[in-house]
Amino acid sequence: MSDTEMPDHGLTQLPGAGPMRSAKDFASDQMVRWCPGCGDFAVLAVIQKVLASMDIPREKYAFISGIGCSSRFPYYMNTYGFHGIHGRALPVATGVKCANPDLQVWVVTGDGDALSIGGNHFIHALRRNVDLKVILFNNRIYGLTKGQLSPTSEFGKKTKSTPWGSIEYPINPVTMALASEATFVARGIAVDIAGMTEIITRAAKHQGTAFVEVFQNCVVFNDGAWKPIEDRATREERVVRLQHGKPLIFGKDRNKGIRLKGFDAEVVQFEPSQPPKDLVVHDEKAESPHMAYLLSKMNEDDCPIPVGVFRAVRQPALHELMEEQIIKARQAAPTDVQAVLNASEEGGS
Amino acid sequence: MNKTKTAKRSPAEEIDSVTIRFAGDSGDGIQLTGMQFSTATALAGNDLSTSPDYPAEIRAPLGSLAGVSGYQIHFSSGQALTPGDEPDVLVAMNPAALKVNIKDLRKGGLLIANSDAFSPGNLAKAGYAASPLADGSLSDYRVITVELSQRTAEALQGLALTKQQVERCKNFYALGLMYWLYDRPMEGTLKWIEGKFKKAPVMVDANKKALLAGNAFAETAEIFGQYYRIKKSSLEPGLHRNITGNEAMALGLLTASQLSGLQLWYGSYPITPASEILHELSKFKNLGVKTFQAEDEIAAICSSIGAAFAGSLGATGTSGPGVSLKSEAMGLAAIVELPLVIINIQRGGPSTGLPTKTEQADLFQALYGRHGECPMPVLAAATPADCFEMAIEAARIAVKYMTPVILLADGFLGNGSEPWRVPDVSKLPKFPPSPLPAAGKFQPYQRDPQTLARPWALPGMAGYEHRVGGLEKSDITGTVNYEPENHERMSLLRQAKIDKIAVEIPPIEVLGPKRGKVLVVGWGSTYGAITAAVTRFQARGESVAAVHLRHLNPLPSNLGEILGRYEHVVVPELNLGQLVHILRDRYLVAATGINKIKGLSFKVAEIENGIQALLTGRRN
Repeated sequence: MSDTEMPDHGLTQLPGAGPMRSAKDFASDQMVRWCPGCGDFAVLAVIQKVLASMDIPREKYAFISGIGCSSRFPYYMNTYGFHGIHGRALPVATGVKCANPDLQVWVVTGDGDALSIGGNHFIHALRRNVDLKVILFNNRIYGLTKGQLSPTSEFGKKTKSTPWGSIEYPINPVTMALASEATFVARGIAVDIAGMTEIITRAAKHQGTAFVEVFQNCVVFNDGAWKPIEDRATREERVVRLQHGKPLIFGKDRNKGIRLKGFDAEVVQFEPSQPPKDLVVHDEKAESPHMAYLLSKMNEDDCPIPVGVFRAVRQPALHELMEEQIIKARQAAPTDVQAVLNASEEGGS
Repeated sequence: MNKTKTAKRSPAEEIDSVTIRFAGDSGDGIQLTGMQFSTATALAGNDLSTSPDYPAEIRAPLGSLAGVSGYQIHFSSGQALTPGDEPDVLVAMNPAALKVNIKDLRKGGLLIANSDAFSPGNLAKAGYAASPLADGSLSDYRVITVELSQRTAEALQGLALTKQQVERCKNFYALGLMYWLYDRPMEGTLKWIEGKFKKAPVMVDANKKALLAGNAFAETAEIFGQYYRIKKSSLEPGLHRNITGNEAMALGLLTASQLSGLQLWYGSYPITPASEILHELSKFKNLGVKTFQAEDEIAAICSSIGAAFAGSLGATGTSGPGVSLKSEAMGLAAIVELPLVIINIQRGGPSTGLPTKTEQADLFQALYGRHGECPMPVLAAATPADCFEMAIEAARIAVKYMTPVILLADGFLGNGSEPWRVPDVSKLPKFPPSPLPAAGKFQPYQRDPQTLARPWALPGMAGYEHRVGGLEKSDITGTVNYEPENHERMSLLRQAKIDKIAVEIPPIEVLGPKRGKVLVVGWGSTYGAITAAVTRFQARGESVAAVHLRHLNPLPSNLGEILGRYEHVVVPELNLGQLVHILRDRYLVAATGINKIKGLSFKVAEIENGIQALLTGRRN
């Protein structure tokens, strides 16, 4: 490297080990210390499996987390990992990805970590479209601090910090992600392995921020957090699976659908052979996020909960725009630090 | 020299140095005028030192006392160590500027006042019952009034300008006067005007005309009677440019990036008086620097920690309130042992305090302001130009020892300026990261036995996959570990690593007698005032010496021995006494302080008085 060249931090010359082929290749030697029955296990297994199917060598993955049960995730991955401080995984990950765009960077976070203490970073990482795969484990409780209210806890919920019931209205992570201009927004159920595998695979392949909310149970402090949605017996009656270009139909017998009534969604029943023409047809690529927002607001009391991909649009990611500016600047101005030091801005030299 | 005219007819007087203060409304372009004068002075080859003083409000009510903005420059044919205790010349653009600043003007000094602004309304806003220009209250000074607005309007007649636009050019008219009075070259400013108003050609024309007209008026109207010449200073040979501390900080980081071979990442959140570092670095994408204006102070430092994890030279800059917000993340950087430079351009506190004023009250914060046992190297720049060197030093220590490093400066240094000798980068020592052990069973906390630094393996490197984080980790392997013995061992290792840095801090040098009556110990921006004061005592044969600390943790290893060689140790600080506590604690010396906490830097006389009191006390 000559003195006049831009510093090359050497990453381009590194040997790659080639893609990994088995989920086990992504498991670290650390004992997984989540409670038996925790929903996190299923997600860990799905992510390890999905990474094994990707054409990216193991050393190019970095898992970044904050604080909380789910944030222990990086320790269980045999990739690069960084376990930071509460709420700050996204800014750390932003630095990692933009400093070395060659990496695929994952962020594992929870409802408290991402939406309470890290709420500000959540908005800004998403609006900047940082190329991160953000997996939010939503169990509607603070688990690691042993059972306090979280920003997604239901109104009226009794927890250790709300023995008289919560008097706060919860926030909806998918709604918030859409409002923050996220380019990929999805929701899955931890125990729904097939659905999760599809969503995680798509998130992994998305360029830009891929946000995935995962409904996940906390067996110790909030058992049954998503009971009717999670349970196999009731699941298909309580969720509607979003499929691009397809009408919103759900139910074990595929006899219910979603249509619009003004600016709200409503459930309509029909004969499976004769679906009504006015059912909402899902368009994840719609430029405006209005419909996705409406879907995200569907209320579990009188509607099924949408799972799947709400939105998937391509926009230049922060690191791409950053690199582009550097390339342009390097064509327009000297790339030699000495020239910069010599030049006086104020007209003389 | 002004080449637009033939030889000057007025007589010239040779002087050694002068201090000028420009003062006016914050919308009068005072900072800009001052900076142009400084650049011209640097080009004229004088040593100089500047100090801007501006209000926290962007545009306080027009003509009000709160809205007065000032810019002081001291320049000399010898050394200009400080911006000057009291101005010899005050340029007052309105009554409020006069009211706020006249108390500082040296008795017998020159007051140049814009008489057009002394309207009944402006006088009332400044609290004057009658015009001080007419009531004899300024008889201690030599007063020259100029109808700046009117003269500027005459000079710009025929240009398609609104009245307001004409009025905005009067600072250049005043600058033209001052260039004549102190024989400064105008070419730089003329060129600067062309660049600055590129998009409004009529303003290029107008400002140039105003400047030249002011200059010509001073010559032809002979309002000053004479002009002054200040010989060139004997600066070290080489290219010099006038530079503020914040600019020097930015250029230092850019140079550190080159010397380490690392890409520079600067994550920052806007805050006075540190924002200019972000502005400066953002310009230089051509050098590959990545700048990131984060959503808050915490995100700023965390992005830099992330970038460091990925292999960049991570840096973040802020002021005291920002450091408070960053302190949890600073602890994270310390436990994951990644290189990081944290710059604090200190200002008056606590809380929002005096955002545009200077102070040195964050030393304790830098040394102790974190939870847990969290030692961190602390450096402090001594002058605006020294910010360049110290930014490189901070980066060098960070990379070599794999640690976050705090670099302190303050508003006085960040905004103040002085000539800086541009170094030859190819002659500066390089500091690439240490080579890694062979790939395979990588141990992220297997330390270098010399430096105790851990290896810096980067994501993307095959065979070095590892996890780091904020939980206590096992010695060597870096896996999570809560064992009591391990935590103590790791805490001691982290402390020992920082302590070891002392071995490469150059022994501190004494200015003055090697032993004697008084030793003045300074740190940070007090360097200029202390040096000027101490030199005066030495010239009178008094036994007064000084040392100046640029490394505050660890301290230079010969400091304790030096402290013992003097009867008195005195520590001037712009706080209520912080370094003095550290010296008393560490070396058991009966050090005393000279303290000031007014949001202003020390005057040389204030330090002189403090030292004199010690000397006199001794005689009694």
